[in-house]
Amino acid sequence: MSAPSVLYDQPGPRAKQRNIIYTVLFVAVLAGVLWWALDLMNDAGQLEWVKWEPFFADGTTWTTYLLPGLQATAIAAGLAMVIALPIGAFFGIARMSDHRAVRAPAGIVVEFFRAVPVLLLMVFANEAYALFTDIERDVRPLYAVVTGLVLYNASVLAEVVRAGILALPKGQTEAALAVGMRKGQLMTNVLLPQSVTAMLPAIVSQLVVIVKDTALGGAILGYAELLNESGAANSNAGGTSTIAQLTAVAIVYIIVNAALTWLASWLERRMRRSKKSTGAVVGGGMVEEQAPGMHLTGGRSGESGSA
Amino acid sequence: MRFSRVLRAGAVAAAATLALAACGGGGDDSGSGDGGGDGGGVSFDNLVIGIKFDQPGVGQKTPDGYAGFDVDVAKYVAKELGVDESKIEFIEAKSPDREQLIKRGDVDFIVASYSISDKRKEEVTFAGPYFVAHQDLLLSADNTSIASEEDLKSSALKLCSVTGSTSAQNVRDDFAPQAQLQEYSSYSQCLTGVESGQLDALTTDDTILAGYAAQPANQGKFKLAGLNLSDEFYGIGLEKGNTELQSAINDAIKKMIDDGSWAKFVESNLGPAGYETPEAPEITETS
Amino acid sequence: MFDFLDPQEYDLLGAFWVTVQLTVYSAIGSLIWGTILVGMRVSPVPMMRGFASAYITLVRNTPLTVIIVACSLVLKDTLGFTIAGETVEDQNFWLAILGFVAYTSTFVCESLRAGINTVPVGQAEAARALGLGFNQVLGIVVLPQAFRSVVAPLSSVLIALTKNTTVASAIGVAEAAWLMKEMTENESDAILLVFAIFALGFVVLTLPTGLLLGWVSRKVAVKR
Repeated sequence: MSAPSVLYDQPGPRAKQRNIIYTVLFVAVLAGVLWWALDLMNDAGQLEWVKWEPFFADGTTWTTYLLPGLQATAIAAGLAMVIALPIGAFFGIARMSDHRAVRAPAGIVVEFFRAVPVLLLMVFANEAYALFTDIERDVRPLYAVVTGLVLYNASVLAEVVRAGILALPKGQTEAALAVGMRKGQLMTNVLLPQSVTAMLPAIVSQLVVIVKDTALGGAILGYAELLNESGAANSNAGGTSTIAQLTAVAIVYIIVNAALTWLASWLERRMRRSKKSTGAVVGGGMVEEQAPGMHLTGGRSGESGSA
Repeated sequence: MRFSRVLRAGAVAAAATLALAACGGGGDDSGSGDGGGDGGGVSFDNLVIGIKFDQPGVGQKTPDGYAGFDVDVAKYVAKELGVDESKIEFIEAKSPDREQLIKRGDVDFIVASYSISDKRKEEVTFAGPYFVAHQDLLLSADNTSIASEEDLKSSALKLCSVTGSTSAQNVRDDFAPQAQLQEYSSYSQCLTGVESGQLDALTTDDTILAGYAAQPANQGKFKLAGLNLSDEFYGIGLEKGNTELQSAINDAIKKMIDDGSWAKFVESNLGPAGYETPEAPEITETS
Repeated sequence: MFDFLDPQEYDLLGAFWVTVQLTVYSAIGSLIWGTILVGMRVSPVPMMRGFASAYITLVRNTPLTVIIVACSLVLKDTLGFTIAGETVEDQNFWLAILGFVAYTSTFVCESLRAGINTVPVGQAEAARALGLGFNQVLGIVVLPQAFRSVVAPLSSVLIALTKNTTVASAIGVAEAAWLMKEMTENESDAILLVFAIFALGFVVLTLPTGLLLGWVSRKVAVKR
C-alpha cells in the first residue's frame, strides 16, 4: 500500500480548504509551543549570545574539545563494529548448526546478551578491568565501552548474519550440495560471501546504534567521547551554556547518524536494483530495535527492511 | 562473602603494619633529606602529574593548556625537582581513580584537590598539605536564604553535588540529611540549575566553588556561602613509602610558601571570586 | 556469600520496581504519542507529514543519553520546567519518562507505519468507497488491522525500552543500573555476582515479555 494516496481521496475544493485550515491551525500550535519555549529560555536568560558564543562562534571549543571527542566516539564505534562482526558471524553460523550441542549454547549466549542492557555490560566491564587486569587507566574506559558494545552488538549481528543467510535463495544451497560441496564449504564459499553483501545495509544501520550508545560511555564511565568532552567545554565556558552545549552535540550526532542512515538506504536501494546479485537484502529496519526471544528472520525480514 | 571480608580485614591490618614500619624506618631518612637540600637523591628527567581537568581555578583543561591553582603548584614543585615545564605531562586524575593511578605507577604524583585522609594513607603517601579548603556552598548571587548551617536543615532545600563524592556523602550524613540532593557526574552540570534558581546550591570544596564563580562568564552571578563545613587538607599524593620524594616535595612546598609564590598562586587563581588568601598550612606529612 | 543482598543496605527489589515503573509509564506514553505521530505521518496535510518526518529524523538520530540528560539539565535545571513531583527525585523520574516517550515513540511510529503498509489496499479503498473520511479510514479500518500485525515489532520496541530505562541513571534516578553501579563500586570482591544478579533481573523482565507478546502476536494476527 503506497501510504499517502490510498488512505484519502484526491482532495476536492472543500477538502483543499479544510487542509488549509488544518495547516494554519497546526502551524499556530507549533508556533505557540515554540513561543512558549523561547519565552522560558528568555526568562532564564538563555537567549543571550554569551551563552551560545562558546559553541557557535569559538573555533577553539571545537578544536580543543568537540573534535577530539568526536574522534574518540569514532574510534570506540569503529573498534566495536570491527570486533563485533566476526564474533557475530561466528555465533550466527553456530546458531544454524545441524548439531543441537552447538546450536543451543550459541542460542543461549546470543539471547542473553540481547536481553542485558548495554549499560550494565559497560559498567561491569569497567569494574572488572580495574580489578582483574593491568589495562592502563587512561584506556580502560575505552576498553570497557568497546567491550560492552561488542558483547551486545555481536549478539545483534549474529541475528543479522542468520537473516542474511536465510534471505539467500534456496537454489544456492541446493546447487552447492548438488555439485558435491560439504556443509563447511557451502557456508564459507557460497552462503557467507553472498550474505555479507546482503547484510551491508543492516551493518551500516547498526553502526548508528553503536554511535548513539557510545554516549553512554561518556555519561556513565567518563570515556572522553563527544558528549563528555562537550561537558568539559561547557565547564571551561562557565558551566551555564548547557542548552548551547547539548544543541551543538545533538547537531553533530544527527549529521553523523543521518549520513550513515542515508548510506544504508542507498546501499539497500542499489542492491535491490542490482541484477548481478541474488537480490537478497537484509535492510536496516531489522536491526534498530531487536528483542530477545523473537526472531525477525525468515519471511518478515524483507518486509521490515522496507519499513 | 564472609570469608573475603575476613581476608579484606587481614589485608588492611597488614597494610597498617607496613605503614607503621615504613614510618618508623623513615624517621632517619627525613633528617638526611633535610640536610641534603633541594631534591636530595630524587632526580627526574620528566614528570607525569595527575591533575583535575574540569575544575576551573583548581585544575582545568583549556584551549591554551592547563590552568589553575593545582597546576601552578605542580609546576612549581616540578621546577624544584629540576624538571622543566615542557617536560611535564599532565594527565587527568578523576577522584575515584587517584589511588589506582599512584599504585600502578601511572603518575609520579598527583596534585588534584586531593584531601589527606587516614583511609587514603593506607594506600598512598602524602606530602604537604599545601592548602586547607573547606566544604562550602555556591549560591546564586541574589540568594540570601542560606546564612548559617541551621539553614541547611530543611527538606525544601535542593542541593547539587557529584555522584559518589565526599561532599555528597557529607551532605547525606552530616550537614543536611533532610535536604534533597541532585547528583550529576560532574560539578559543572550543577551550575545551570544554581544560576536559574532551580537548585539552591552546589556543594563541594570552596576552592572548586571559587574557581567556578571566578570564571569570566560567571562574574557577579555566584557567591560562596562561607560556611566552612569541613576542613580538607590538600596533599600531594605519591607512591606509598617513597619518603625521599615526599621530603623533596615538602621542601618545595615550604619554599613556595616562603618566597611568596604560594600567595601569588592563590591570589591569581582564586582571588577573582573574592577568595581571601588564607594562612598557609603547616606541613604535617613528614616521615 | 549473599550477605550484601541485605535489603537494608541495597534495595534491589525497589530498584527493579523503579525500572518497571519507568518502563510501563513510558510504554503507555510512547504508544499514544507514536500513534499520533503516525497519524500525522500519513495525513493529507503536508505540514503535518513534514513535521512528523522531521521529528522522527531528529530524535532517532540523537543518542538517548543526550535526550535524557537534556530533560534534567535543560528542562528542569535551566528552564524550571517539570511535569510532576515536588522533590528532585520525583521530578527526574517523570522527566526521564518524558525523554523515553519522546525517543521510543519514533520507533512505535515507524513500526505502525510498516503495519499500515501490510493492510491490503482494498481495505482502504472499500472504506473510501463507503464515503469515509481520512480520520475514519485510518481510525476505524486501517489502524486496528495495522495494530494486530505489529504486535511482534512493538514488543521488540517495548523490550528495547525496558533496557533503555537504564539510561535514567545518568540523571540520578535510582533504578537498577544506578544501584548496580553503586554496588560494583562498594562490593568490588563480588562484582561477578552483582552483575549476574542484575543481568538475570533484566532477562527475567524481558524474556517473558517477548514470549508472551510473541504468542499474542500469533493469536491476533490477521490471517490472510
